[in-house]
Amino acid sequence: MLTLTCPYCGIKAEETELAPGGEAHLKRYGPGSTDAEFEAYLFARKNPKGVHFERWRHAYGCGKWFLAARDTATLQVFATYKAQNSHPPAEVVAAIQAARPGWQPDWPQNASDESPKA
Amino acid sequence: MAEALANISQVHDLGMIQIRADLARAGDAIAGAAGLAIPAQGMTVSDGTRRLGWMSPDELLLVLPRAELADTLAALNDALSTEHALALDVSDMRVAFRIQGVGALHVLMKLCPTDLAAMPVDALRRTRAAQAACGIWREGDGYVLIGFRSIADYLQGILTGAAMPGTGLEPR
Amino acid sequence: MTQTGPFRLPAGGRLIDRAYQLPFRFDGRHLRGLVGDTLASALLANGQMLMGRSFKYHRPRGPISCGVEEPNALLGLGQGGRFEPNQRATTTPLVAGMVTSAQNCWPSLTADVGAVNNWLYRFFPAGFYYKTFMYPRGFWKHVFEPIIRRSAGLGKAPTEADPDKYEQAYAHVDLVVVGGGIAGLSAALEAGRAGKSVWVLEQTPNWGGRTPADHADGLARIDAALAELRALPNVTLRRNTMATGLYDHGYLLAREALADHDPNAGIPRQRLWRIRAGHVVVATGALERPLSFAGNDVPGVMLASAVRDYIADYGVAAGRSIVVVTNNDDAYRTALAALDTGLSVPVIIDARANAAGALPEAARARGIRVLTGSAIAGVKGGQSVEGVKICAQSGSGEVTEEIAADCVAMSGGWSPVVHLWSHCGGKLNWSETESFFAPDPNRPPTGADGKAMASCTGAASGDLLVAAATGAAPESATMPVWVMPAHATRKMKFKMWLDFQNDVKVSDVELAAQEGYQSVEHTKRYTTLGMATDQGKVSNINGLAVLSGALNQPIPATGTTTFRPPYTPLTFGTIAAEARGDLFQPLRKTPMHGWHEARGAYWEPVGHWRRAYCYPKSGESHADAVAREIRAVRAGVGTLDASTLGKIIVKGPDAGRFLDMMYTGMMSSLPVGKCRYGLICNENGFLIDDGVAARLSEDTWLVHTTTGGADRMHGHFEDWLQTEWWDWKVYTANVTEQWAQVAVVGPKARELLERLGGMDVSPEALPFMGWVTGEIAGIPARVYRISFSGELSFEVAVPANRGLELWEKLHAAGADLGITPYGTEAMHVMRAEKGFIMIGDETDGTVIPQDLGLGWAISKKKPDYLGKRAQERSHMTDPDRWKLVGLESLDGRVLPDGALAVADGVNANRQRRTQGRVTSTYMSPTLNAPIAMALVLHGPERMGEVLEFPVEGQESYKARIVDPVFYDKEGSRANG
Ligand SMILES: [Zn+2]
Repeated sequence: MLTLTCPYCGIKAEETELAPGGEAHLKRYGPGSTDAEFEAYLFARKNPKGVHFERWRHAYGCGKWFLAARDTATLQVFATYKAQNSHPPAEVVAAIQAARPGWQPDWPQNASDESPKA
Repeated sequence: MAEALANISQVHDLGMIQIRADLARAGDAIAGAAGLAIPAQGMTVSDGTRRLGWMSPDELLLVLPRAELADTLAALNDALSTEHALALDVSDMRVAFRIQGVGALHVLMKLCPTDLAAMPVDALRRTRAAQAACGIWREGDGYVLIGFRSIADYLQGILTGAAMPGTGLEPR
Repeated sequence: MTQTGPFRLPAGGRLIDRAYQLPFRFDGRHLRGLVGDTLASALLANGQMLMGRSFKYHRPRGPISCGVEEPNALLGLGQGGRFEPNQRATTTPLVAGMVTSAQNCWPSLTADVGAVNNWLYRFFPAGFYYKTFMYPRGFWKHVFEPIIRRSAGLGKAPTEADPDKYEQAYAHVDLVVVGGGIAGLSAALEAGRAGKSVWVLEQTPNWGGRTPADHADGLARIDAALAELRALPNVTLRRNTMATGLYDHGYLLAREALADHDPNAGIPRQRLWRIRAGHVVVATGALERPLSFAGNDVPGVMLASAVRDYIADYGVAAGRSIVVVTNNDDAYRTALAALDTGLSVPVIIDARANAAGALPEAARARGIRVLTGSAIAGVKGGQSVEGVKICAQSGSGEVTEEIAADCVAMSGGWSPVVHLWSHCGGKLNWSETESFFAPDPNRPPTGADGKAMASCTGAASGDLLVAAATGAAPESATMPVWVMPAHATRKMKFKMWLDFQNDVKVSDVELAAQEGYQSVEHTKRYTTLGMATDQGKVSNINGLAVLSGALNQPIPATGTTTFRPPYTPLTFGTIAAEARGDLFQPLRKTPMHGWHEARGAYWEPVGHWRRAYCYPKSGESHADAVAREIRAVRAGVGTLDASTLGKIIVKGPDAGRFLDMMYTGMMSSLPVGKCRYGLICNENGFLIDDGVAARLSEDTWLVHTTTGGADRMHGHFEDWLQTEWWDWKVYTANVTEQWAQVAVVGPKARELLERLGGMDVSPEALPFMGWVTGEIAGIPARVYRISFSGELSFEVAVPANRGLELWEKLHAAGADLGITPYGTEAMHVMRAEKGFIMIGDETDGTVIPQDLGLGWAISKKKPDYLGKRAQERSHMTDPDRWKLVGLESLDGRVLPDGALAVADGVNANRQRRTQGRVTSTYMSPTLNAPIAMALVLHGPERMGEVLEFPVEGQESYKARIVDPVFYDKEGSRANG
């Protein structure tokens, strides 16, 4: 059972105090999007073995949604950070790379004007 | 038979106001209307009759005597009239229990996954007690636990059960 | 000879108190033990070696151990609700008056019918269950199953509720040391001196582990360590506390026995500790392994360490003439301990060619005969040991000598207890020199920070002697002996037990290998090796070694099985703790709950809420009560407790824009003072909730959700606000429980409210789909003119603390109007009479609003809302989607809920094709006829057609497709 620190209230919460919300940083596609875009948004998930970004809500707590960078195989938590980020911020990337040398982000760099769903 | 680990009593006539606002912008206005300073993250501020608690980065809970609620709510709405903010009377949707006595910590340790032993006086923690959401602050030689009114019987039941005489958590 | 049994030694026994005797019963026999005894030590002292029967062959069995690893001595404990099967006699403290029984035997322990299996062992080989019961099919049901159910099974489940209480508690500790032996205490001292918060958990009531029994000054060393630990305020010592599992991120479960020894103490029997440990030190010691020789399961054959533990700890002799058989030095301690208490040791049989260490020399010096290079060829005796046959270890079992004995103390070496280390991923290395798996410190289980969350010390780490702490002298090497003798015949292997509880023998594992099983995990399941309640604590390594031998490969190449929690079984009570009876789950009660209860409400659970389904009067059926309530509402006035409806405040400059995204309809254009019905879909386009929204002010809406949807919809709103449109200025608040809400419904509803007074509820002041605030009967109220029944209807919301007052005033004032409280079922029927959909009835997570004829509630003007894009997908616009219609039963019977309308032909799976499904179905008291709603292929275009609904065992139902609005199609009644 995981423990994650909520970046909003600073509390180290255990999994029973949290609600999971699936993969983070999905970009929402609405009316006008192609079938392929919409399908990818609704259904395509990375499901990696290794570094993963995911959504959690501090449900039995401050009620805020936050994001966690975590290794799905070892359960190591690299960082938790606020949901109001289109992509993992630089310090999260640095924390992952410190623990997993050679790991590279798979999102376009310098693309901060996009606003994917956190 | 030994005594219960702690005295469990329901607290009546508490007024509660939920406040949501950008605390950086509206903090002074709220503090003025509430008559209390804005608490730090995870803490409450009290003057003995009122208590202002930090619930989340944009949420506060003002606990005060029921008789003072209407005027204070009006004052808050007035002070926040130019802000994007929310101030609501939530007194009726909550119940509060006082858990008092030397074993109060042990009672809550049986129900909450939180490290309550590490919680300082006046700190506030939102967590769960068994299967129910709750908020807990440390006050005097005990704690106050608030939860939803609909499960008052459940909260009373789990608190009383956890306080059963002879069940302190000391090593045997 | 004392009163506590012929095998109680005249002196010794560090854990017992000879001054206090305890009476108890075993299979009807009245026996006596001593304070400090376990059930096993007390039975052994009374000469009761036979304690149970094995699972498959019903072989007679006695204990082989003195601790948690015991596979054989499992007893039924207690009576009635306190009966608990499969309790280990070796770890169960003896309690005065205890009633115990042998299990898995019928009709009695000594004359067991199932033991016939024992003669049929050739027909019960490995994989027996897989092979035998396949064909012929009928045999299973009529022959095998009844026999197996009668004679098999470990213990019986209790039939009464458990009268004991249990509890849980949470702890957050820097360092938890598991194991109160010398290694654990040493680790605790080191951390405690450094100022960390330290807990030490010891599974037994006694500190010290093996050290007091095995080392001359062991007790003094333990006492010194305990004294220093007790003086450290940051160290907590917990006895009777079994760490059962180590999970992710340092989550450690431990079961503390509080009143196992005293069921009448009036406190919880056990407490489950849910510990968050910064680090766990595994100091769980090692377990001795049996040797695989023919007849190693005869009662009286025990682990060598157990024989000396019974002597040292309980002053009990497992036999008077003890043969020791070993492959290591440690077992010599047993011979010496037996000699010290006046028992005889006719011979030590050592498989090693040489035994020249300090312990063997000490044994020889005491005059004990030591036979090296030797083995046991067979054990004489059936229900008890009568002697052993001796042969050369290197041969195939030619008997050289027979020696009489009543106990065999065997030692096949030791295995570190690595369960906790392994539970969460710690890896193991095979030690060629020591012949065991030991933790690999370079591959530990890791925690949230990616670092080791556990480490091992002492025997658990592979350091069997813990010489640094015990001062033990070095011992000579253990010789791997997996089969005794090395070239044993096939016949001998049929009598060599590996897994005592599940009856798995060397021959079974070899057969599995021969049949192609190479993976240890497959072999385990095929043979059931290690799958009994002891989880193979004593059998796993021996089984693995035999499999490796049969596969002709080294042990590490075969691998090891996975250790899974719990280390020892946990009773369900501990896991449930307070969550039983009234506290099974939080029951949500409305402010008027007590009133409903006093009127005999029949409850319907809705989520955690309890709502009144109906209020049956004395002698009235539920159906009759519902019909009466509906007629009363339609003819006069009724009240429904609607407090459970979700109520969410949505406020801010962007609130309208936000609600336009949440709802399919337009909420931003709703005028202040008005209400509007709305639908909420998810991004998949499916309908997930509905309700009426009211605009309270320019920037504030109050939206109602379904009873079950309040928390879910609030979470849904917050999700989108926080993670998608975080720059929108909107605050939400779930104020569901702040308000009590009463639906006042019926043609006389207005008259009733006017009687209470305080507010103008005339059609002019409060038109349909409007709301006003004010006072009713002196109570501050908000009143919504909305209708879910088709009648004139007011929903009156007042602060929750005054809900009961309002309800009672309504009933007092409406007595002469025939005011009737009505429940959820009347509400459901009335909405169905009006053709209104219900979330969860007409919707099931695959239904879109368009299916339900709710296109009118979908804005065509809005560029976007949640679900809009999905509803444009080809499958969602498919004209063949089933659509909502009404159904009229042709023969007056009420259609079964969920019944499927059949179409011609069959589908690809050769199942009958279907063309519709009943979603709601009731007997309408208003129309005095059955009504139903259904989703039907091209339904709205097929008015008047008749559908067939076949139901097994009944005549098919037939129903005509009609408009779903059955009552008051013009909608005039809601105007009052
Ligand atoms: Zn939080």
